[in-house]
Amino acid sequence: MAEISESLLQLSVFVPIIFGGILLLFGTSANVFARKLAFVGFLFPALVSLWLWFAFSPDPETGYAFLTEVPTGLGIVGISLKLGLNGISLPLFVLAGVAGFAAGFYALVSPAERLRQYLALLLFMHGGLMGIFASVDVFFFYFFHEIALIPTFLMIGIWGGRERHYAAMKMTIYLSLGALLSLVGLIALYVQSGATSFDIISLKNALEGQSIGSVAQRHTFALLLFGFGILVSLWPFHTWAALGYGAAPTSAAMLHAGVLKKFGLYGLIQIGAPLLPEGAASWMYLLALLALGNVIVIGFVTVAQRDLKQMIGFSSVMHMGYCFLGLACLSAVGVGGAVILMFAHGLTVALLFLLGNCIYQRTGTFDMREMGGLARKAPVLAAFFVTAMLASIGLPGPGLANFWGELTVFIGLWQYREWMVVPAVFGVVISAVYGLRAAGNIFFGEETDEFRKASKGKTIHDILWFERTPALVLLALLILVGLWPRSLTDGINETVAPMYGGGDVAIEAADATPGSAEGAASYGFAERLPTCCAPPGTEVRTAIKMDNHSHE
Amino acid sequence: MSDHLIEFKEIAASNQWGAILPEIALGVLALTLLVLEIFLPKNRHVLIPRVAIIGQLVVLVWFLAFFRAGGGYIGQETFGGMLFHDGVGQVMRVFFLVSSLLVCHLATISLAGKQVPKVEFFHIALVVTAALMLLAQSNHFVLFFISLETVTVGFFVLVCYLRYQAIALEAGLKYLVLAALSSAVMLFGIALLYGIAGNPLLEGSSSDSMNFGALNAFLKNHPESNIAIIGMILVIAGVAFKIAAFPFQIWVPDVYQGASTPVTAFLAVASKAAGFAVLLTLVLKVFQPMETILVPLLSLLAILTILYGNIAALTQRNTKRLMGLSGIAHAGYLLVGVIASLYVPWAMGAVVFYLVTYLLGSFAVFGVMAHLSPEDGTGDELEDYLDLAKNRPFLGGVLVVGLGSLAGIPPLAGFIGKLLIFIAAFQAGLYWLLAVSVFGVVLSIYYYFGWIKAAVFQYWQVSPEEAARSREWPEISSISRLILGTLAAATVVLGFFQGPLSDWLGRL
Repeated sequence: MAEISESLLQLSVFVPIIFGGILLLFGTSANVFARKLAFVGFLFPALVSLWLWFAFSPDPETGYAFLTEVPTGLGIVGISLKLGLNGISLPLFVLAGVAGFAAGFYALVSPAERLRQYLALLLFMHGGLMGIFASVDVFFFYFFHEIALIPTFLMIGIWGGRERHYAAMKMTIYLSLGALLSLVGLIALYVQSGATSFDIISLKNALEGQSIGSVAQRHTFALLLFGFGILVSLWPFHTWAALGYGAAPTSAAMLHAGVLKKFGLYGLIQIGAPLLPEGAASWMYLLALLALGNVIVIGFVTVAQRDLKQMIGFSSVMHMGYCFLGLACLSAVGVGGAVILMFAHGLTVALLFLLGNCIYQRTGTFDMREMGGLARKAPVLAAFFVTAMLASIGLPGPGLANFWGELTVFIGLWQYREWMVVPAVFGVVISAVYGLRAAGNIFFGEETDEFRKASKGKTIHDILWFERTPALVLLALLILVGLWPRSLTDGINETVAPMYGGGDVAIEAADATPGSAEGAASYGFAERLPTCCAPPGTEVRTAIKMDNHSHE
Repeated sequence: MSDHLIEFKEIAASNQWGAILPEIALGVLALTLLVLEIFLPKNRHVLIPRVAIIGQLVVLVWFLAFFRAGGGYIGQETFGGMLFHDGVGQVMRVFFLVSSLLVCHLATISLAGKQVPKVEFFHIALVVTAALMLLAQSNHFVLFFISLETVTVGFFVLVCYLRYQAIALEAGLKYLVLAALSSAVMLFGIALLYGIAGNPLLEGSSSDSMNFGALNAFLKNHPESNIAIIGMILVIAGVAFKIAAFPFQIWVPDVYQGASTPVTAFLAVASKAAGFAVLLTLVLKVFQPMETILVPLLSLLAILTILYGNIAALTQRNTKRLMGLSGIAHAGYLLVGVIASLYVPWAMGAVVFYLVTYLLGSFAVFGVMAHLSPEDGTGDELEDYLDLAKNRPFLGGVLVVGLGSLAGIPPLAGFIGKLLIFIAAFQAGLYWLLAVSVFGVVLSIYYYFGWIKAAVFQYWQVSPEEAARSREWPEISSISRLILGTLAAATVVLGFFQGPLSDWLGRL
């Protein structure tokens, strides 16, 4: 049984890549075959990711499950293809699988010319995304990121919207710079650690023996922070993001904003901060300030957007700020919140890009000032969009996963720097302003003249089956985790607590039950999250009350 | 008198002709081509290039099957210490054979339909290849210089092979003057080294002071000798001309542009790789005692080379000049690897690995270029690549893979080459060089992707501009498809799986 899961993990990475290669090399112009093959290529990793989520039980020694290792010929520098999942990578692996399926499914019916090449590139991207989060080897983690990134460049350049050439070049140069900085940081980490292998487990073991000097830690972490920061559109290195998403074809934007962008954060959470604790601590205050820049500055920029796709792009930049804030706490609570938020945000933003394109198909424009009254003709689409927007804002109402992420981040932040919670919460107000206004502009009110003009002669359908299916898949997972957060948080707890040692509360609890990491974990973090779908309001109160208590 | 005779006898006894069988085979093949030209009827002359290619293929297969371990001469000096056979030398022999094969294939495309003699091209290419193979194994400044000059003289002819073109003649003249200058400089350096190391009054001197081993032994005793330092700098300057390192790169753009595409490819890949094989030998086996001067010198060269190559290539619109200038940047990264190999032994393998990936990527790109510029001197601008992927998706795909590999984009082989050099540089503590290299790689993304953008990004609908520039697209023969496809596939496979090659290099 266990061996099957391990092989499935390997296959989930390579099946899409191999299918993409087959499409590129052997496909004829018959799109039917291409669609069928691609459908299997997209569906398989999604099913595997769900199965592995279900079967996940990490080895207590390493914290990883499904470990496999294949030598590729770079043994001389300690590189081998080592795959496995731990509590941090599992949620993102599931995200990559499901969002990849949704984006791929939507692409199958897209009217793109040269569909075969388009699907092949998307399959490469999907395989790369699965590989990023399945890699235990730091080198392959980077390698798969690039496999996913290069198709984005081509897809924007070839199938993109307006300004696509400029957007593609700018995005590529920006992201290459970020990726190379982080690569140098990773090499520095490997060489200084004295480990004989590039995989995270042996790096960690090597660093437990002798850690790197604090000056070297600070420099190495700076490389990782700014390298990864550029990739996650940390303010002020974000200018590529909205531009690129604005130009990208929908499926590429869904996967890039939804999943690929999490690479940098994941790298910092999984590798950077735990392996370079002193270095991380010395940069976190600056990071928190920059992240507040994401929340507030980009928040206002988002409010000013009139173009729906640009607005979604900027909002995804803004929400990355919350993930960074969670990381900046360097506590199990904050980091755990960041992981949940990454998961939830990935689903949400993919959903928003999908729905944004559905709206565009009906209105013929992305300019929100020219829209209005769409809800009368497409009520179901309106319901989807409003739900996705509420999720993106982080409102607790519909029982969506984003809320738990943001709430946990705020709690962690309170422990870290109390004053930062004020601007962070103000950011939620900003999201509500642009989110609700967008929903209002597009769906409610009177039909505008421009809209009537644009849609003249066309009957406006409500959301169609091929739009509904991916949207439902994304929404279902969002609601599942929203109502049952424990399905994710247990795994996250188990991994994050020993890595980050928890906040103040967790340390006290650890003193109370010496030697029991699980005790620390459950008290420091899990207790703060509801374990079932109790009325959310009460949970909030208990969580915050506990937190105040700890500070008194 | 009799003493000398005995000495000659001993030297003659060490003439292991078996050790240079591949080179001899190439020489015989080259002569066979000329003989065939005399005896074959004129209408059969088209067969001669095929004979050249098939002959080399046979040599290559035979080498890989039976001679891979150097015919049992690994670790030995032969010909009285003229040659030394080691693992790197064997890899480089295969390297030059493969590049020569590819150059010959490109020549059959490029020279087709041109009013120039064809046979001599293949003859010279074969002789140059044999000389390159000897150069990579030379262990003595006499053989070193002679094989280097054989290569250079061969290139004088090849560069201006299309002699009815003014641009080719200009390129030939520039190459001739500057190569002669660099040879003179290098010869002066060799003379200085020979003189100082052959001075019987100095400790550790040798009567055979041009031998690398003897020179190295002398330099160990006198690492501070000013004459030896000047000699070393001059020799390095001569090699720097071959690898086109700053400030000896000045000839590159004009010569690359003027030469026909196969010759440009030969210069860019084989000539540069030979320079690096030689540099590795010189740095590790000869000048290593003078590390304190050598390392700053090479570091300065590397930094300036990387910056110059990348910055100069940024605004380039001519693809041959672009390949030349970006090739300068590649020389810079390779120099970083050479410096690292002084501290980290496995870095030598990294340099050779990088060279192999550079060969694959460069020939993929040059192969596409050879198809697209039937008339040399035209079809080389980036504008000529517009709509390529739409009309010839195969060439477009090969071009993307080749350029991506040269730019160092995963999952292609070029990335692994750069990664190995970066890791080696980090282990050797060359932080500044590493920083400059990374900066250079980011710059290179701009021009390499600019080229990809020109070739691949297009509107699906035929725009008026496109209709205006509609032109004939070349047909691709099935052999070309096979060769270019193999190059691209090898680039992709080496990006994922480096096993066989790195095993071979790991044993160096």
